[in-house]
Amino acid sequence: MADQAARSVRLYEPARTPGFGAWWYRQGQFVASHLLLALLAITMLLPFLWMVLASFKPYEEVENLNPFPSTWHPENYRKVFEQVPFARYYFNSVFVALWVTFLQCLTSAMAAFAFARLKWPGRDMVFRLYLATLMIPGIVTMIPNYVLTVKLQLLDSYLGLIVPASFSAFGTFLLRQFMLTIPPALDEAAWMDGAGPWTVFWDIALPLARPGLIALAVFTFMGNYGSFFWPLILIKSEHLRTLPIGMLYFDSVYGKQTNLIMAASVMNLVPLIVLFVCSQKFLVRGIQMGGVKG
Amino acid sequence: MKWQRNDTLAAAGFLLPNILGFLVFTAGPLAFSLAVSITNWNVQHTVPFQCTGTENYTELLHDKQFWIFFINTVYLMLGMPICIAGSLFLAVLLNQRLRGMVAYRTLFYLPSFTSGVALMILWKALYNPDFGPINALLDWCLQTFRINELLRALGCHPVAPPQWLSATNNLLGLVPQELQISGSKFGLGAREALIIMGVWIAIGGNNMLLYLAALTNVPQELVEAAQIDGAGRWKVFRHVTWPQLAPTTFFIVVMSFIGSLQGGFDQARVMTNGGPSGTTTTLAYYIYTKAFEEFQIGYASAVAWVLFSVIFVVTLINWKYGQKELSY
Repeated sequence: MADQAARSVRLYEPARTPGFGAWWYRQGQFVASHLLLALLAITMLLPFLWMVLASFKPYEEVENLNPFPSTWHPENYRKVFEQVPFARYYFNSVFVALWVTFLQCLTSAMAAFAFARLKWPGRDMVFRLYLATLMIPGIVTMIPNYVLTVKLQLLDSYLGLIVPASFSAFGTFLLRQFMLTIPPALDEAAWMDGAGPWTVFWDIALPLARPGLIALAVFTFMGNYGSFFWPLILIKSEHLRTLPIGMLYFDSVYGKQTNLIMAASVMNLVPLIVLFVCSQKFLVRGIQMGGVKG
Repeated sequence: MKWQRNDTLAAAGFLLPNILGFLVFTAGPLAFSLAVSITNWNVQHTVPFQCTGTENYTELLHDKQFWIFFINTVYLMLGMPICIAGSLFLAVLLNQRLRGMVAYRTLFYLPSFTSGVALMILWKALYNPDFGPINALLDWCLQTFRINELLRALGCHPVAPPQWLSATNNLLGLVPQELQISGSKFGLGAREALIIMGVWIAIGGNNMLLYLAALTNVPQELVEAAQIDGAGRWKVFRHVTWPQLAPTTFFIVVMSFIGSLQGGFDQARVMTNGGPSGTTTTLAYYIYTKAFEEFQIGYASAVAWVLFSVIFVVTLINWKYGQKELSY
């Protein structure tokens, strides 16, 4: 009873203004947080740093404990292009990834529009079927897809790399989530003005879903650029090799020359890093949209 | 008057390319794969083609290799709790209104974003037992701190830096190619190397971003109420923040299970080709070798379907358990 009374008295005390000590505490927290984060970030990035430094080393120095090269050899990068057709690998990867990105975004956007905005019987059931297929391990469909591609005579060709990858249930899911967040009043107005479905799609839904589209485009490009299993089983000729397969070949044949391998790896990763830094904002929002139950 | 639009015709037009691709490259192959798994097709026509029914599946259950690789797949999931806890830790650290948080977030996400063959080749070079920097650093530590002398003084065996990708040692003492455990096989080997690399790649990845989003959605009133009641930071986290994160944790755990059960192929193919004595072969890699190196398409499809069923059952279990935990 007594402490209850005491507690109620404390509620009427004047609020304490934060004193000078609180400012120091906040500064201390600021410094400590940054210190910890910087330490963690540097530890995480050590492999990357080693990779870049090793790519400039002469061959004999790679195994030294000292990560810094005594003499810098930027010609390692040129040597990579001389030992394997690296420029061709680069072109193949970018070419295929661009086409896949374009086709996937287009077909997924159209399908997402059909699922999000158009009304038709069985719509939700079909969508749930789409979602269910996301759980299927890729390996289950890879084998029959391979057989099919061989039968269609698309083995060892650009079409074989592009066409099967151009359809994505995940892309449809992501864009549908984005389109659902667009207020229906906008396209209801368009319908009432007599606009056809394509106009509503092209002029209203698509521009408003742009953040989602960009996120999907970046994901798709990045996913296809690093795609390993499908090109591995599909490609037999050297001139069609994509970067991952080219890197594997390079490593298996010239693997001993670690400095050259590291130079090739750096060149492999640079487009990804540039792409990421430019599109970060959209990416993060896209991931969080896809992960949160919509 | 409220009118119902029926857009079936328009919807058909919009859906056509996507659903065509879906039928040709996803639904069709799914059915085909199930059909093939009950045959003995091996492409090379050395054995007359016939429908063998469930023979593939029974052979699979008695196949020692299948069970060994199944254990490998589960073993590689040991890094999952470390990874998820680490992502949560990083997200909590980044959830402050200080400048530069976005820069840190970018740096942490970099390994996940650039993940691929190039990164695996990098780690293969890092793990090189004779020329790689990891062992060079460990060697330097052993010599500078004179650890072996200390161990000898204590009567223990001297240690050497592990052989990583060429070692069959592991933390559970599993003997390669056999379903048994032996104390002599204890140590750090190829599997641990892959786990460490996997944790490094995924710790700052999508899971961290999902946790960040969820943390910003924790209602501040609850946190402040707990703080007024005198709870310290750990108590606030454990009793207020953690339950709020339950749906996100649930999603992350389910997706991690699904991903790791069907994964492990890229690492195995690029870094170890299945590992010293098959220690890094996961079920996905086994399916690959059966289908594309031995051309036993029927058997490989059966294994693939068993893997799919395992994933399905595990997801169901996770779902049931998760629903119970979520309702509080």
